[in-house]
Amino acid sequence: MSKILVIAEHLDGALNPATARCVAAAKVVGGDIDVLVLAEQAGEVANQAAKLDGVSRVLTVERAENAHLLAATAAPQIAKAAEGYSHVFGASTTSGKDLMPRVAALLGVAQVSDIMSVESSHSFTRPIYAGNAIITVEAPADQTVVATVRTASWPAVGNADNAAPAEALSVDAELPSHTRFVELKQDKSDRPDLQSAPRVISGGRGVGSKENFEIIFKLADKLNAGVGASRAAVDAGYVPNDMQVGQTGKIIAPELYMAFGISGAIQHLTGIKDAGTIVAINKDADAPIFEIADIGLVGDLFKVIPELEAALG
Amino acid sequence: MKILVGYKRVVDYNVRVQVKPDGSGVATEGVKLSANPFDDIALEEALRLREQGVAEEVVIVGIGPADLTAHLRNGLAMGANRAIHVTTDAPLQPLTAARTFLKLIEKEEPGLVILGKQAIDDDANQTGQMLAALWGRPQATFASKLSVGDGKATVTREVDAGLETIEAELPAVVTTDLRLNEPRFIKLPDIMKAKSKPIDAIDFDSLGVTSGDHLTTTHYAPPPKRSKGVMVNDAAELIDALKQKGLL
Repeated sequence: MSKILVIAEHLDGALNPATARCVAAAKVVGGDIDVLVLAEQAGEVANQAAKLDGVSRVLTVERAENAHLLAATAAPQIAKAAEGYSHVFGASTTSGKDLMPRVAALLGVAQVSDIMSVESSHSFTRPIYAGNAIITVEAPADQTVVATVRTASWPAVGNADNAAPAEALSVDAELPSHTRFVELKQDKSDRPDLQSAPRVISGGRGVGSKENFEIIFKLADKLNAGVGASRAAVDAGYVPNDMQVGQTGKIIAPELYMAFGISGAIQHLTGIKDAGTIVAINKDADAPIFEIADIGLVGDLFKVIPELEAALG
Repeated sequence: MKILVGYKRVVDYNVRVQVKPDGSGVATEGVKLSANPFDDIALEEALRLREQGVAEEVVIVGIGPADLTAHLRNGLAMGANRAIHVTTDAPLQPLTAARTFLKLIEKEEPGLVILGKQAIDDDANQTGQMLAALWGRPQATFASKLSVGDGKATVTREVDAGLETIEAELPAVVTTDLRLNEPRFIKLPDIMKAKSKPIDAIDFDSLGVTSGDHLTTTHYAPPPKRSKGVMVNDAAELIDALKQKGLL
C-alpha cells in the first residue's frame, strides 16, 4: 500500500489552499497520507492541515532555520523525513517547483512535474509543450515517487470532518548556511487570491497603461473577483509579476474567467484552459482568444466595462 | 570568475506542436528549432556580468546530437567565449542532465552556473534545482534580478506571493525568469567572429554519468478541446449569457 508524504505550503501562519489540492491527488493514489509542516512554529499551520479530509497524520519539524523556508535547507529535512514513504508530493506553486526537484535529487530519483491525473500509483499524466500535449508517464515501482501536483487540475479536499493527530518529528539533518533569506515583498491586497478565486478578471496589453488597469480592478471588486494579467501587461509594467497567468506564470481554474484586451497567445491560454467559463472581450475579432472562449464579445473594453458596471448596479 | 550557462535547443515557442495520431510522440520533424527562451536570458545575464567585469569567461553548454553545433554557434555569436557540446542522440531527463552538468562543473570549476528556469519543451522546471542539490550549493530559482559581488549572489526571485530576495554564497546555481533581462540580437560581424570560437565536443558516454532517466512516457495525447463558444453583441447580452449559466 502507498504511503504518501504531502509537503505543506504556508506563509504567515496560514496553510496555502494548494496543499488541500495536493491531498486530493494523494487520495486518488490511495493509502496513508501524512502532511509534513516545516516551520519555526508549526502549531497554527498543523491545526489547519489536520482538518483536511483524508489526512492520517500531521508531522511537524520546528527549527529556527524554517522561519523562512528555503529549498537549500528544507530539502535535506524532507529527504530524511521521506524515509519509508512511497510518494512525496508538493504543489506546483513557485515554492513547490523550487523545492521538490532538490528533494528528488537528494533521493536520487526523478520528479514527475505538474501531475494532472493519477492513472495508478506509479502512472500519471502531465502537460508538456505549454499544454499542447498531455503525456502519461510511469515512475519505477522500486523508487520513491517525487512529484508536484498541478493545482488547477485538482479541487481542494474538504476540511470539516477530520482531526488528524499531530506529531513532532526530529529530523537529523545537517543544514547548510550558504543560502540566506533577505526579504519578501508582497503586494498586500484585500482581493480574492488569484489562484483560488472562483472568479478572475484579467487584463492584457489592450488595457494600455498602469493607470488604465484601475478599470479592471474596479470591475473585479464589483464581482468580488481576483485579478490576473497576461505576460504582455506584466512586461509592460502595468501590474506586478505575481499577477501573470500562463505557462510560466500562474495556472488557474476559476469558475469564471474574463479576459479584457488579451489576444490569447498559447502561453497565456495554457494558464486558463481549466477555467469553467472563459469570457473574452477584445477589439480584434481575429484574436486567438476567441477560439477557446465560451462567450466572446468584440468591442472596446473601455466602453464595455462601464456598461457592465452599470448593468451590475 | 567563469560562468557556465545551459543552452538548450527546443521547438520554437511560436510552433504549436501536434501529437502524432498514434499517440507515440509529438511531430517535431521539420519544425523550427530555437534556443530555449529562458536560456537566451541566462546567456544574456552572463554576458552582462562579464561586461561589468564580474566574470572573465562565459561558457555555454549544450547536450544533444551532432547537428547541435549550429545552435551553439548562435550562442557564441551572441557573445559566449566558448562552447561545450556533450554529444548524445538520446534526449536526457532532468536528473541525468543535472548529473552531466555536475561532471562539467568538476572540470570547469565555475563561480556561477546560470540555467533557464524551465525548457519550454518538457516544461519540467527541475534541472537547476537538481544540479544545486547534487553539487551541494545554493540555488536561486526564477530570478528577475541578479547582482554578484563579495563572493555572493543577491537574487530577487519571482514567487507566487510577490518578490523574494535571497543571498547565495558562490558558487551557486541561478535559474532565470522572463523579466531578468531582454536578450540582445546577434549582429552579422558577430556571426563571423563566432566561427573561430572553440566548441569542445565531449562524448556523453565518456563522462561516466549514471543515468537518471527513470521515467517512461507511455502515451502522448492532444489536450482536451474546449468546444466553440458563442458570440454576443454587447454588455447586456453578455450579462444575460452569464446569468443563464448561473455565474452572476
